[in-house]
Order: sequence, then structure tokens, then C-alpha cells
Amino acid sequence: MITGNIVTDFCLLILFLPVVAFAINIFIGKRLPRQGDWVSVGAILITLVLSLSMLMNMFMNWDPNFSHEVQFSWIDLGAFKIELGFWVDNITIVMLVVVALISSTTHIFSLEYMKGDIRYSRYYAYLGLFTFSMNGIVLANNLISMYIFWELVGVSSYLLIGHWFEKHSAANAAKKAFLTNRVGDIGFFIGIMLMFTAIGSFNFQDLFSGISQGMISGQLLTLAGVGIFMGAVGKSSQFPLHIWLPDAMEGPTPVSALMHAATMVAAGVYLTVRLFPLFSPEALLIIAYVGGFTALFAATIAVTQNDIKKVLAYSTVSQLGYMILAVGVGNYIAAFFHLLTHAMFKACLFYGSGSVIHAMHHSLHELNDHDTDPQDMRNMGGFKSKMPITYWTMVIATLTISGVPFFSGFLSKDAILAGTLAFAQHYPQHFLLPLFGFGAAAITAFYMFRLIFMTFHGEVKMPKVFKGIHESPRAMTFPLILLSSLSFFIFYTLPYLNPFSDHGWFTELIQASDSVVKGNPTAGEIYEGIHHAHYPAMALSILVAGFGIGMSTLMYMKKKLSADIWSEKMGFLYKLSLNKYFIDENYNRFLYQPVLKLSRAIAFVDWDLYDKYFINGFGRVTKWLAFLTGRLDYEGLDQKLVDGVGRTTQGFGNQLKNVQTGRLQNYMLFALAGVIVILVMQTI
Amino acid sequence: MDSLTNYLFVSAALFCLGLYGVITRRNGVAVLMGVELILNSANINFLAFARFSGMNMAGHVYALFVIVLAAAEAAVALAIIINIFNNFKTINVDDVSQLRQ
Amino acid sequence: MVDLVFWIVVGVTIGSAVMVVQSKQLLYSAIALLFTFVGVAGLYIFLWADFIAAVQVVVYVGGILVLIVFGIMLTNKITSVNISHTSVQRGIGATVVLGILAGIGFMIINTPWYQVAATEPAQTTETIGRLLMMDYLLPFEVASLLLLGALIGATTLSRKED
Repeated sequence: MITGNIVTDFCLLILFLPVVAFAINIFIGKRLPRQGDWVSVGAILITLVLSLSMLMNMFMNWDPNFSHEVQFSWIDLGAFKIELGFWVDNITIVMLVVVALISSTTHIFSLEYMKGDIRYSRYYAYLGLFTFSMNGIVLANNLISMYIFWELVGVSSYLLIGHWFEKHSAANAAKKAFLTNRVGDIGFFIGIMLMFTAIGSFNFQDLFSGISQGMISGQLLTLAGVGIFMGAVGKSSQFPLHIWLPDAMEGPTPVSALMHAATMVAAGVYLTVRLFPLFSPEALLIIAYVGGFTALFAATIAVTQNDIKKVLAYSTVSQLGYMILAVGVGNYIAAFFHLLTHAMFKACLFYGSGSVIHAMHHSLHELNDHDTDPQDMRNMGGFKSKMPITYWTMVIATLTISGVPFFSGFLSKDAILAGTLAFAQHYPQHFLLPLFGFGAAAITAFYMFRLIFMTFHGEVKMPKVFKGIHESPRAMTFPLILLSSLSFFIFYTLPYLNPFSDHGWFTELIQASDSVVKGNPTAGEIYEGIHHAHYPAMALSILVAGFGIGMSTLMYMKKKLSADIWSEKMGFLYKLSLNKYFIDENYNRFLYQPVLKLSRAIAFVDWDLYDKYFINGFGRVTKWLAFLTGRLDYEGLDQKLVDGVGRTTQGFGNQLKNVQTGRLQNYMLFALAGVIVILVMQTI
Repeated sequence: MDSLTNYLFVSAALFCLGLYGVITRRNGVAVLMGVELILNSANINFLAFARFSGMNMAGHVYALFVIVLAAAEAAVALAIIINIFNNFKTINVDDVSQLRQ
Repeated sequence: MVDLVFWIVVGVTIGSAVMVVQSKQLLYSAIALLFTFVGVAGLYIFLWADFIAAVQVVVYVGGILVLIVFGIMLTNKITSVNISHTSVQRGIGATVVLGILAGIGFMIINTPWYQVAATEPAQTTETIGRLLMMDYLLPFEVASLLLLGALIGATTLSRKED
């Protein structure tokens, strides 16, 4: 069609249709009927169809080594060349489907959720922009275009988090998200440039071949790897740059589902998955510890949170930590698998919470109650009877995230935990990593069921509000049903039907590549280790999940254990957890305030000292010089020279006046003198 | 020493002296005296040239006419001077100028 | 001998002329003028113009000089015997006049005068008379008219206004 290759054509369409929808909605959206939401929805559905057809193609060809790369030259100055292009792999195709699917469900969900919003068309435009940017990251084959789309995704996040920017908290949250991302991106850019300086190209394949040839190695390679990982730390909200994701919940819930659960935050994981071959063993170790620590750390905060969306946010941070941990221990295919399943069930959970919040909003609005927080779980309770579809889909998603067998989450979590066990078996000094993994799994199960019990079970906390609660309309329940049904194991183990196996189309079609860095185990070695640790991991994870669910049931459903007494007994820990370990406050005190103070001091020096004295001094000196020059000109030149000529002429005139004496004899004398002159002239 | 140039020198000297008197003297009568000197020098010239050009008598005739004119002119001039004296009470040529500022 | 007399006459003439123009006393100037006229008459005689010499003495000395003296007397206050006055611009005047003298002198010396030798005439008076009546009759008549005019003019001018 456009280019010769149908894969390239599809990729171009997938990439550019959403941004065309963005342009239309931004400029003329307000004037279109229904504010132009059908433009965006249409574009994204076409994108979904195209991605699904590519997926079908992948299944039909069943080629695990499928790889298609197309390049075009962007800057070519002879010595300096930058080429951009696509790299389509099986990983790419799966990721495209994930993005298209979650984006489509978000568009459909928003039809109801954002109905009547004051900036409806702009919201849909920004969704299109985001989809475009995300697809750009997915399709990129070189670090430069990935970086460009990385930043674009950050911009879309800023625009969407700050959708209701009249709320100060939303505007601040948007700023915080973007700036924290930028901090990570500094490291990313340093990493990119280190690679480029050593190897001379931005292209992934060139980088891999360059590293295997030894163009960059040792500490420099580790540094570059850690730099690139910093980008993932920022984007995927790992410790210590996790601070923006909970605040990003100020944005609309569908946005939270799309960006901060399924796709944008997964971009960091995607980056590490793509570039896995170029991380050195030291870099991978750092990655593993950061991921593992984040997983546990975020889980401990989620336990005490009362805002339904905050619980899900910290849960996302924790799950992302899982994925990063998996990459670190070498099992990056498992990380990608978890990314896939996490997208499904986390989006479903967010939609469910969106549905609950939507119902709360309506009810509070009817009662003219503007003080109660519609997102606080302590104001809910017993919603099960009023919102059955929401309830059941959320239960399915919660079972998935907790790692209960027969669900997809069990398979992916199991793969990750098996990887950590294998790694610890190989390097016993890193026993903390599986500890992080299993600990986080237990706590995850605990707080997720806490969420379900507090919201849907138990006694009704606010009866008046409860009366106005009702199930959400179809546009909102449809994505819930779709995604929760995708959370069953069957879709991932095909063509096999064993719910406990670690085989399936996924593991068959998406093969791990070897790391090109010397010192790393090969893909085959990693796979062997995982396979051996598979069953122990499975058993342990079921145990741990059961423990978590059990504790949660006791505390919140059966009320055998009292949450209040426990929180008092562990008062100090409870306070730390509830206040997210005071990290934001400490950042403010030790980072933000000193920088602000410094900038204020510098501004003082510049404004009150430099400008006032130095710059104004110049002005005053110039004024004084001008004054002197004026005086010189006026009195010196004008008066003396110019007037002087006049005065001299006047003097001459006065003297010459005396010639006209009026006496005849004088005139005769002059005549005679003239005669003499003539005589003299005649003789000479 | 009867050479033409001697007579011419004498007449030139008289002429210049007469000129000097005219331009220098403030009294009107003194100016008139200077004029007479000039006329006399012209006469000498006429006669000298008459003598040294083969005694051409035309020169004598001219000299006669000059004398006649000189007389007439002297008479009229003195009449004017007396009139001036009657009007201005002075014959200082500088003071009798009404045109001069 | 003749040369000596000639030079004495020239000296008298020039000397008297100098006295005329630079004397502070007016009457002294008049007397010096008298001597100048006489000296000039003497020069005429050296130039074989005896008739003109006589006319010179008669008209100039006897007529014009007397007129001048009358003029002096009538135009000055009688009471003061010393009729003196100063002259102006003497320095620059002298310079200019000397320059003119130098110029004329230069011309006299350098001009090749056309000269014809001559002998002393037997009688001049008759020749002059003949010329006046024949060749120069018209100027003669005009001169008489001129004299008439001068006479009338002088008389009119010195009339008292009635």
C-alpha cells in the first residue's frame, strides 16, 4: 500500500491514526457533534483491529524468530548519522495489542465516566496523543526515537493528570509527575549518550553487536546500563522516584487505568525488556534490588491507605517492582508476561474503582453533600448488593493479582518468583530477592482483599449515601467484563490446557535472547534454572497467597481480629505506613527547600545587586558621558567655534566699516593706491 | 641740461606734490592750491613736448588754453568756497560733509 | 652757466611747491605758491615759450594768486593772524604719491620719446596769434564763452541772498 511491506503499513497506521484524532479533536473538537469523541473512539478501534490482525498473523505463522526492521534516515551529515525506524518483533506485536486494547476500553469507559465534563473534547484529544506516544515507544528501534516518544508520553501524562487543573492538587500532581520523570530521564539520556559515544549508533541492533564486539565494557557499560535504567525508574515509578504515581491519582480514573496501571508505567519495564541484552551483571543486580525493594516497600504502604485509588496506585508500584525484579534476575520474559497480565487485571481494578467512585459521586451530588470524600473506603461498605457486576469483576481481578491458581496472575507471578528462587539458588548471597518477592506477594493478597471487604462487604457506613448507589451504565461495565474475563488462565496457556504449566503460546512465541554482555548467563541457562525452580515457587506462592487472604478475611470480613487494635499496637509502624514513610516531606525538606533557598539567593544577587548597581551603573555612566558630550558640543563647539566664525566675520566687518569714511580725500587716496597697483601689475 | 626727460621729471614732481596737497590738506583753499600745481605741471609737459618735437606751436596754444581754464576754474572755486564759509562757518573739508554720518 | 641757472630755477620751483603742500600756515603756502608760479615761468623761458611765460606771470600770479589770497582772507576769522591747520593722512598719502612718482619716473626713463631737433623761433607771439585765429578759432571762441560762464557763475555764487 504505502510502503511495500504490509507490516510497515500497519505499523504506520497504528502509529499515526491516534495522533490524527488528536489533531482533529484539539482544533475543531468543540464544534463537532458530541464534541468529537467518536473521532477518537473510531481511530482507536481501527488501531485495535489492526493490532489484533497482526496478533492473528503471529499465531498463524508461529514464528518465534519473527523480526522486521525498517529504517529511514533522519539526519545524515556524513560523519554523523541518525536513522529512525521501526522494529517489529513478537514482543512488539503483543505490546501493541495491550496498548490498543486498554486504550480502547479507556475510550469506551470514558464515554460514560467523563460525560458532561467541561473539557470533554480536549480529554479525548490527549488520549489520542498518549496512544500515539506509547505506540512510538513500542515500535522504536533506536534510543533517540524512543527518548522522543518517552518524553511525549511524559507530556501526555502531565496533560491528563492535570485535566482538572483548576484543582490545585491536580495541577501540582501533574507538575510532580513530569518533573520526577525528568529526573529519571537525565539518567536515561546520560546512558544513551555513553552508548552512542562508545558505539557510534543509537540503533538497538548496532548497540548489541557493538557490545558483543567489546566496544564498551566494564564499569562504563554498567554505568550506561544503570543510566538507561534510571529512565525506567522514573517512568515505572520505582524507589526513590515513586513519589509521583500516588499523586497522579488526581487525574480521571480512566486515565489512571490506561496510563498509570497498564501502559505508561509499563514503558519502563518494556525498555528494560527490549534492552535486556546490554545490561552487565552488576547493572542487573542493581535492577533486581531496586525492583524487589520497591515491591515490598510499596506493599507495606498500601496496607494502611484508605483512599481506594491510592491503594491501587501503591499496588501498581509494587507490581512494577515485581516486573523490574524479574528483569534483574534474568527472567525478562516473565517480566513481560506479568506486564501483559497486570495490564488486564489492573485496568479492570481501576475501572471497577472508577465505577464505585462514579456511583458515590452521583449519590453525594443528589444529597448536595460536598464534604464527604467519594474515594474514601471508610464511607463505603456493603456495595455488593447494589453493584453486582462491578463486585464480581473486581473479585476476579483481585483473585488474579493475589496469585490464586486458575487465574493469569498466578502464572505470571509464579514465573517471576521461580526466577528469583533460581537466582538465589545460583547466588546464595542474594537470598533477599526471593524474600522480597514472596513477602510482597503475601502483603499484596492481604491489602487487595481488604479493599474488596471494606468496599463491598460489611456494614453500610453511610446509609443515606448508600441509598443512592446504583450499578454503572453499560459503557462502564463492558470493559470490566471484558478485562476480567481475560484474567482467566486459559488465554495464556493455549494451546495447552494445564493451569499449572509454564508453557503456553506466550513462552513459545516469545523467546528470550542472550545477553551480549560477557559474564551474564545465556538465555538457555536462565531458562533451565527457572524450570527447576518452577514447582517449589508454585507451592510457596500458593501458601503465601493463602496466608494473605486468610489474614485479610479474619480482619475485615469475619472481624475476628480488630484492625484498630492492631494499628494501635504497632502505632509507630502504622503511622509510617499511612504517611508513606514521610518520603515526600523529607524530599521537600532536604531537596526542594534548599534549592528554592539557593535560587532565591541567586535571584537576590542578580536582581537587587547586579541589576541595580552594575547594569544601572552603566546607564548612569552613559548618562554622565552624554551630559559631558552635550556640554562639549554646546559650549565648546557651538559657542566657540561656530559662533566664533560669526564673531570674526562681524569683527572684520566692523573694521572694514571704517573704510567708508565719507571723506573725499580718503577716496582719492584709495584711487591713487589702485593706480599704483595697476602700474605695478602692468610692469610685472 | 636741456633734455626732455629733465623737464618731464620736474613736471612729474610738481604733479605729485600737487596730488599730495589735494589728498592731504583739510582747508579748501589749500586743496585749490594743490590743483593749481597740477595744472602747472601739465603746462610744463605741453611746452616741453612742443619744444622737443620741432617747436610745434600747437603746444603753446594748448598751454594758453590751460591757463585760461585754470583762471576760470579758480574764480568759480573760490566763489564756492566763500559760499561754503558763509553757510558752515568753516572750510574744513571734513566738516562740511552733510552726507557723511 | 645756463645749466646752473636752470637747476636753480628747478630748485626754487620744487622747493616752493613743497612749501605749498606742507606748510601749516596758509599764507605761507600762498606765498610759496607765488614763488612756484614764478619758477614755472622761468622754466617756460628755458623752453623758448616767452609769451606763455608772460601770460603765466600775469594770469597766475596777478590773478589767480590774488584770488587765492582773497579767498584765504575771507574764509578765516580775521582776528587770528595765525591761520593754521593740520593735514590728515600724511604718511599714507606720501607713500602713495611717492609710488606714483616712482611709476611715472619709471615710465619717463623707459619710453623712447620721439624727438625732433629744433631751433629757437624768431617770434612766438605772432605764431600763436596766427594759430589762434586760424587753426584754433573754435576753441578760442569756446574759451571765451567759458570765461563768460565763469564770470556769471562766480558773480551769482557770491551774491548775497536778498
